[in-house]
This record gives sequence, structure tokens and C-alpha cells, in this order.
Amino acid sequence: MERKKVVVAMSGGVDSSVAAALLLDEGYDVSGIMLKLWADECGEKENSCCPPEAIRQAREVASILGIPFYVLDVRDLFKARIVDGFISDYANGFTPNPCFNCNRWIRWGVLLDFVLQNGNDFLATGHYARLEREGEFVRLRKGVDETKDQSYVLSGLTREQLSHTLLPLGGYRKVQIRAIAREKGLPVADRRDSQDLCFVGKLGYRDFLKRHAPEAFVEGQMVDSSGMRVGTHAGLANFTIGQRKGLGAGNREPVYVLSKDAAQNAIVVGSRAELGRDRFTARDLNISPGGIQSADKYMVKTRYKASPVGCSLIDIQNGKLDVILEEPVLDITPGQIAVFYDGDEVVASGIIQ
Amino acid sequence: MDRIYLDYAATTPLDRRVFAKMEPFFTQDFGNPSSIHTFGQQAEAAVDNARTGIAGMFHVSTDGVIFTSGGSESDNLAVRGTALWQRRTHGKNKIITSPVEHHAVLATVEQLGDAYGFDVHLVKVDRSGKVDLTDLERLIDEDTAVVSIIFANNEIGTINPVSEIAEVCHRKGAIFHSDAVQAAAHLEFDLENSPIDLISIGAHKFYGPKGVGALVSRKKPELFPQITGGKQENGLRAGTHNVPSIVGMAEALLLAREGMAVRSPELTHMRDRLIERVTEEIPGAMVTGDLKERLPNHASFVFESVDGNRLLVQLDMAGFACSSGSACKTGDPQPSDVLLALGIEPKLALGSLRVTLGSGTTDEHIDSFTRALPGLIEANRKRNS
Repeated sequence: MERKKVVVAMSGGVDSSVAAALLLDEGYDVSGIMLKLWADECGEKENSCCPPEAIRQAREVASILGIPFYVLDVRDLFKARIVDGFISDYANGFTPNPCFNCNRWIRWGVLLDFVLQNGNDFLATGHYARLEREGEFVRLRKGVDETKDQSYVLSGLTREQLSHTLLPLGGYRKVQIRAIAREKGLPVADRRDSQDLCFVGKLGYRDFLKRHAPEAFVEGQMVDSSGMRVGTHAGLANFTIGQRKGLGAGNREPVYVLSKDAAQNAIVVGSRAELGRDRFTARDLNISPGGIQSADKYMVKTRYKASPVGCSLIDIQNGKLDVILEEPVLDITPGQIAVFYDGDEVVASGIIQ
Repeated sequence: MDRIYLDYAATTPLDRRVFAKMEPFFTQDFGNPSSIHTFGQQAEAAVDNARTGIAGMFHVSTDGVIFTSGGSESDNLAVRGTALWQRRTHGKNKIITSPVEHHAVLATVEQLGDAYGFDVHLVKVDRSGKVDLTDLERLIDEDTAVVSIIFANNEIGTINPVSEIAEVCHRKGAIFHSDAVQAAAHLEFDLENSPIDLISIGAHKFYGPKGVGALVSRKKPELFPQITGGKQENGLRAGTHNVPSIVGMAEALLLAREGMAVRSPELTHMRDRLIERVTEEIPGAMVTGDLKERLPNHASFVFESVDGNRLLVQLDMAGFACSSGSACKTGDPQPSDVLLALGIEPKLALGSLRVTLGSGTTDEHIDSFTRALPGLIEANRKRNS
């Protein structure tokens, strides 16, 4: 029988390298692709052909494993869909999650299309999450290693996308992956431990936004929850919900950012007691074909690193989901992703409104 | 998956008969040709034998053959070595080359302009990449130290009228060098009938080993060595001889020339069938280079609205190893200078493809390639629209 063909999205790091190795062990016909993404002035000459470190390392891994390796230039689409969206979201007072969008539109968009159009059966990545297949139906579950679980950033994928996906690391713990890497003579260093986004350049995302979305750094009013002016702020993009830093030292009692009002270029501040919300609305929903029931209780994560909180769903209509939380969450932030879990299964996701 | 190799202009597999000739010189007859003792004498004899063989094939004297590490070094030695010599002995200060040269020549000439102050001129080429002889006559004068024009182009396959170019050069007393790295594998020529002063060859293009080449001229050339040191190669190229590779190159060239009469028409036939089917079946496909005056194994194209780099990945996934003028392993392609010099738009130049045939190529390979290509091009275009 012809072996199934799978393309692994490779970063040169330990996770995607071991993912490729595990698939080889399972008997797949494996090749690797790295996407060349748009990045702000990274110190290199524009369009220079010199291979950055990550490409070199992924190529080395591919040669250790004896698999073909390719680099695919998707800079134009990445810039248009992900980076420009990131900039305009910030300019509109939102705090987007570009990795979530990149997975939806680039990795499982352009790349998956390319993979399937060229005679392959699957796209695989080194994410820590599990896929469970029952016939046509695919469930997305948390990775066995809860501390590394990445189901959050994959929650925007449709069942159609997931049906062409393999996530070989989901059943392993990170320590096991490192051990396998050592055993197979693969590099064990994490390449992507950096907290910053891949496209913002050396100076970090604030500096990036200052250059690309100057309107998000226009001084504006700081008001309290009754609408009374209490000071000025140095631009919406400097603040996130729940932030305490940078609000001026003159206050007797510590104040926090409660919300942002992009239309008025204002931020609303208040005491810790005023912080926190126990309801929100999510839009752009991606709901598992298994469906969700408003009567049922779920756990929800409102940020990648947030602890899950119990919730119930009040209403789903017009593609929006009203959610009530069992306890208030301090930093519910418009633009971030809310991911709903039934046990360890992802049942829905949406963008916080 | 059975992979089909269609990139013989990039490199070729070592012929097993060549390998057999080379083998004793790695472990058994390992001597240094410069040594006095018997070990050295055996190695020296092998190098001399290779030299005599190559000199015979090009109808030159044995001191006209300088062994190098390959085509690029030969180009460097010829162009820089001659330019500096001509300036030192005759005060000549002008260099003429073409915009469709291999980078080994082009970058060397650029350096001679930038760092050594030579007066550098690029001769015009037509849309097929052939040198414009009238323009060459206009540019050339008694101050011209060296003219370097590629024999047969690696990217577009076009063969230049090298004998005519040599005549133009010699009328003004200029030295004519030609990069014959691609030509040597497929064209039977010698320096008597084609009066070129210096030609560069590299063995791995004609089923010889990588890392060895030669600069060939009718007699000992007048030039400054580029690798200085010991007195090897008449003092024109220092460094211990790469004995097994030199032996291999001579054998490979001999076999290539013996096989040409039979293989050339076969390759030409397959090449023409490939070109015909690609241009007929794929809308917006155009052949680059000259249709007639081209290497027998060489087909090259540009496709409208195609990302050439992505096409190479698609082809490899489908089992075909090809190349393009803008090939770049880091996914950051630039349109090829050669294609731009032909007047091809940069966007179109990014959609280039080079398919080069060789010893392993069969009619079936051409069939399955031409069956697969239209679909891959269509998919590629979908992404770009």
C-alpha cells in the first residue's frame, strides 16, 4: 500500500523536529516545510538570500531525518492578513492574538492548501494538542501535558481543517519529547521561547506599533467609571485591561485599566474592586459540529495563559455567544480569544467583543 | 517515490567508469606529484597523462592546460589573472563582458572595476541572450585587456558565436576568455577551429567529480596566478594536485566526447518534444533563450503569473528535480539578472523554470514530466491570483 504523505510545518525547534521523527516512525512519507513570514526590519538587507538561523537549523534536522525540506514564501499574505490586521486591531482598541489568526489563515490556510494540492494527505505540526477521530468526526483535545497545552491557539480551526491534520505530540509530555530528541540526535533547544511576536522585529511590539499604528499612541483622556476626567494617557496601545503600571503615581489608591474606548480615545480606570467582569460576548464563533448546549456548563479560557473558569452560555444568536462566568475575571480583553472546553475537548471558540 | 532528475546543468552523477579510474589514487597510488620518490612519480605520471589527454581533445599544447578546483576558479584565474597581467605588461585597462555571464565571471569583473579600477563594459545581448557583435566591435579597442563571454549559457542554454567573437577580439589584440562549463559537456569543439584564447571547464558537469576543473589555452597563458605558492602548473596555480579528481576529469571528458555523436541527437529530440509540449499545453508559457542555437539538453521557460520558487517545491513533491534562474533555498527569490538582461519583465522572470536532461533521461521521463507540469502550474497560479 502507498504510504500516506504528510508535510510537517518545521521551525527547527525540538517540537516540530520530534513531530517529524515520530511520523517517520509511524511509517508516513514525511517532508518538511518552513514558511517564510513577513517580518519588520530585522537588521538584514531586505530580500537578502542569506539563510536565517531557523532555516539553517530546520534544514539540518531534515537532513538528519533524511526528509525533503522546503521554504515557502508567504510574506505577502502574512503581511496582508495577519500583520495588517494586528495593526488595525490595535488602532481600534483591540488586543488581537495574531498566532491564532496565523494558524487559521496561514498555516491551515495557504500552507494546508498547498500541501493538499500537491499530493499530500496531511499537514502536521509540533503543537501540544490531541486529535481524536471517529469516522468523519474529529475532536480537538488538550495535550496530555497540560502545562504545554496549545489547544487554545488551534481552537479556530474548522473540522475540515482538522480532518487533514496530524498532531503527533499531543499524547506526550515535553520531557518525553526532549528525551526522544536526544535519543534521535536531534537538537533539543527551544527556538521559539521568546515571548514576543515573530514579526515585530528586535525592538518589541510596542515599538512596532508606534511605527505602524501611530494613531494608537495619541494622548487621550483618562476617566473614571462615572465618566469624570481623572488625567491623560499616552495612547491606547500602551494599556491593556487590568494594567496598573503607567497610570501615574499621583493616585492615593492604586488604579487599574477597566476598559478602553477607542471611539473617544479614552481609557476608563478604577479601583481593584471595580475590576473584573462576569459576562462577555464572543463573535466569529467556531463551534464543534457536536454542538454546544446553553444548558450545559463549560470551562472557558480568555487568554492563552489564563486559568480556565466555569461558565454557562446564555444565548447563541446571529453568530454571537453571550457568556456568564462563575466568577469575575480581571482581564477580559476585547480582541482576545475565548476558548470553551468540555472536559479536555475544545467545543467552541470566539473573539471577545 | 521514484524521483526523476532533470537538473543536469546543475550537476551530474559521477560515471562509474570514471569512478573506477579514480579509485586507486585515493588509497593506493596516493603520492604527491611534486615528490621525487617513486610514489610521487606515479602520481605525477597520472596527472601528466590526464593533461596530455585533455590537451589532445582541445588541440592545445600540454602547458596550455592548468588544473583548478573547478569552473569558478578557472573563470577567476582567466579574467582576473589576465586583466592584471595585461595591465602590468601592456598598460591595458579595459574589460568587456556580457550581462548574461555566470556569476563567477560577473562578480570577478565587478571586483576588477570596483577594487582594481578597471574600465568595465557590458556588451549588449539580444532577446535570446546572444552577444551583439556590432556592439562588441563598438566597445573593443587597443586598450582592451580581456573579453569574457559565456560559450553556452547555463540558465537559458543559448550558444554564443564564439569563433566570431574571437576574431573581433583578436583584431584589436584583446585576449578572449569563454566560460565553457556547460558547453564542454555537450559540444565538441577545439581551440584550433574555435580560436578562443582561454576556456574554463568543470568536471562535474560532464559526469566527472566535483571540485576539479581546468583553464585551457593553446599554449601557456600569460596571466598572474590567483593562488600563489608552490610551482605547480607552471607556476600559474599553486597547491598540491588533486590527483584522483584530475584523473577522473580527463576520463570523464573523454567519455563525454565519445558519447556525444549518439547522445546529442537523442537529447535534442527529447528537449524539443519537451519544449513543444510545454509551450503547446500551458497557456502563458514562453521559452527563454534561442530555440535553435542552444544546448542539446537544455530547456528553459518563463510562465506568466507563476511563482517559480514555489513551482520547484511542487515539482520536487511530485518527484521532479528541476531548477530555476531565481532558485533560492531560503524562499526569498530575486529575478535572475540573466533573464532581466534579455528584457524579460521582473515579475515574469520570477516564474522561470529550467529543465536539463542527461544520461539518465528517457522518453518516459519527458512524458511523465509534461503530464504533471500543467496541473502544477495551474495550482501555482491559483495561489497567486
